[in-house]
Amino acid sequence: MDLSYTEEEEAFRARLRAWLAEVLPKLPPGPAATDWPGRRAYDAAWQRMLYDAGYAGLHWPVDAGGRGATPTQHLIFLEETERAGAPYVGANFVGLLHAGPTIAAEGTAAQRARWLPPILRGEEIWCQGFSEPDAGSDLAALRTRAVRDGDDYVVTGAKVWTSHAEVADWCELLVRTDPDAPRHRGISWLAMPMDAPGVTVRPLRTLAGSTEFAEVFLDEVRIPVAHRIGAEHDGWRVTMVTLSFERGTAFVGEVVACRRVLAELARAARANGRWDDAVLRRRLGRLNAEFAALWRLTQWNVSESMGLPPGRADAGPRGNTGGVPGTGGSVFKLRYSHARQELYDAAAEVLGGRALDADHPWVTDRLSALAYTIAAGTSQIQRNIVAERILGLPKGR
Amino acid sequence: MRFQLDADQRALRDGTRELLAGRFDRDRLRAAVDAPALDRRLWRELAAAGLFALRLPEADGGVGLGLPEAVVVFEEAGRALLPGPLVAGLLLAGAVDGAATGERVVGLCDAAADPVYWEHPADCDALVLLEAGEPGRAGRAYRCAPAEVGRAPLASVDPLTPLARVLDPPRTAPLAGLDAARLRREAALLTAAQQLGSAARTVELAVEHARRRTQFGAAIGSFQAVKHLCAEMLVRAELARVAVYAAAVTGDALDAVGAKLLADEAAVRNARDCLQVHGGIGFTWEADAHLHLKRAWLRAESWGGAREAEERLADALVRE
Ligand SMILES: Cc1cc2nc3c(=O)[nH]c(=O)nc-3n(C[C@H](O)[C@H](O)[C@H](O)COP(=O)(O)OP(=O)(O)OC[C@H]3O[C@@H](n4cnc5c(N)ncnc54)[C@H](O)[C@@H]3O)c2cc1C
Repeated sequence: MDLSYTEEEEAFRARLRAWLAEVLPKLPPGPAATDWPGRRAYDAAWQRMLYDAGYAGLHWPVDAGGRGATPTQHLIFLEETERAGAPYVGANFVGLLHAGPTIAAEGTAAQRARWLPPILRGEEIWCQGFSEPDAGSDLAALRTRAVRDGDDYVVTGAKVWTSHAEVADWCELLVRTDPDAPRHRGISWLAMPMDAPGVTVRPLRTLAGSTEFAEVFLDEVRIPVAHRIGAEHDGWRVTMVTLSFERGTAFVGEVVACRRVLAELARAARANGRWDDAVLRRRLGRLNAEFAALWRLTQWNVSESMGLPPGRADAGPRGNTGGVPGTGGSVFKLRYSHARQELYDAAAEVLGGRALDADHPWVTDRLSALAYTIAAGTSQIQRNIVAERILGLPKGR
Repeated sequence: MRFQLDADQRALRDGTRELLAGRFDRDRLRAAVDAPALDRRLWRELAAAGLFALRLPEADGGVGLGLPEAVVVFEEAGRALLPGPLVAGLLLAGAVDGAATGERVVGLCDAAADPVYWEHPADCDALVLLEAGEPGRAGRAYRCAPAEVGRAPLASVDPLTPLARVLDPPRTAPLAGLDAARLRREAALLTAAQQLGSAARTVELAVEHARRRTQFGAAIGSFQAVKHLCAEMLVRAELARVAVYAAAVTGDALDAVGAKLLADEAAVRNARDCLQVHGGIGFTWEADAHLHLKRAWLRAESWGGAREAEERLADALVRE
């Protein structure tokens, strides 16, 4: 067990820190939470800066345009950028964290050359068209149809909860290419241009008041067959690759951010006298232990994934549970998504009457935190995964 | 950074598990429940295997390993519900003659606790008492002859751990070379490691039962209410695991406090959920869940409970 960093890693950290200290003060303030075009431009500009400085796609393989950094360096990158208060990956989330890595792992040389560089440079924004009105947790129930017509697929159906659809250029789209095959066998993974005729985006308002996700209607949208990643009907397997990215290191920066917020809560409580409340104090103390442990869990999961191909962190043997296949990401997500909600409930207690002031960032974050037990697989689904895939309990109906 | 057990640590874990399976299997556990006096032969066997001398330098006849390895071994002791003043045995192996070899059994009590509990009072040949430290100054450690220590016996909630309350600690010459703050910190961490082992074991017991037991024509483990209990148990154990391991690596006092808090919670709540998954049999003396629960309760009260831990962790937030 080793928690120390090598000299090389510390040198990398120092270089990154120096760069962040130089560029961050010059960065203009971010756009308003509701300004999505502004958000897109801002996130794209930041990604371009990372690209020019050599930090884009740090952990991607070199032949995919990445830097081939070690998982530890990637971890350091996520930790330091968050600690320095650098912009969040934001609108680039899907491109950088799952569409890109999926294309890197499963795409042809031509597909990599077409899609990866613009993702790394922040030029093209991706969204994720997986969920449908009648296929959420039961993703394999998706019904959006793709019918082959010459060199195109003709796609008809509807997607929902599509984050950033309003500002995206591309969509990683799951479609049913064989309606007669067993559920998981007839699905394909397509790259869909969002400006194709027949694509209609209708923003949905979240309970936090923003329009960060949307409904996407597809009416005979023509998508070239050459835009299919992986084999026809093999999209489910490709999707599992995609999802393992989502559950891998997606929350690293956020754990660092939560620890910072926790310290801010304590200071605010000291300043406004609520610190005298032992119940609140103890709650914050417990959260301190939880977030510290969640950070250790991240380090553990990243260490475990070392030596595995990128994106297959979930496939690693869990050294500590006797070799059963691990889904460390699910264990992490379960605890983290609840801890995050508890953190902002505690924030409301610190705020007292101001907890009803929706202009306060802690209040907005409290609302946003409600998504964490739903998005990217609900807590119930994560528990099923942990119980069935790690503990080996029988599948229910 | 490679935050995983290395090959030697995995071998140590497997070897310890095997050793305990051979020397302290379920029959021995059950025998100990009926007769909780310490099995001196077993104690010497454990010592011969290096359990207490683990961290003594090789030059002094020890094994020369560190805190992370001690934690790995104590996790196994926790899994097996191994009884006895194990923490004292390890921490005082270099301070009390015969402790390392298991010839003498030594106890360790913390006078800062209220009340001051003493485990296995009748079995201890020596007792080391940590003085309640004044703020800013580490307390001293005293060695006492057990016969001279005023005590009130009590019916221990844990059938495997006889207990007394120390009433009247005698003050003799302080033991030189013992750092009370460090002993407290490491005792908390080794206790947390045992909690971790117990928490991981009760997940296994629950899962085994959930696979085997059928109701409504199906294994109860196929029902989500049961499945989700088990999943949460694993999550608790895994969070405690990384906290305990990391605290062992860093040796940091606050890390140890956080690890103890999470491991206490994992052990206590997992034992309760394990009992629940077992249904009626879980409420009987036959199932092991109650033994894990009772020991977990006892350990949760040793070397810093939840209130103290949470206050210290909160205090750290405003000090940073
Ligand atoms: C903020 C946010 C952003 C999102 N972004 C995207 C995106 O960009 N792209 C995308 O494709 N999707 C996105 N999603 C969709 C998300 O993945 C789904 O909402 C999620 O998988 C749940 O599906 P559902 O909404 O259909 O709920 P349902 O599946 O209908 O679930 C409803 C309730 O039933 C429970 N439930 C369902 N099945 C089971 C079961 N087998 N066992 C136990 N309980 C069960 C669920 O846990 C939940 O509590 C986003 C969601 C949110 C909230």
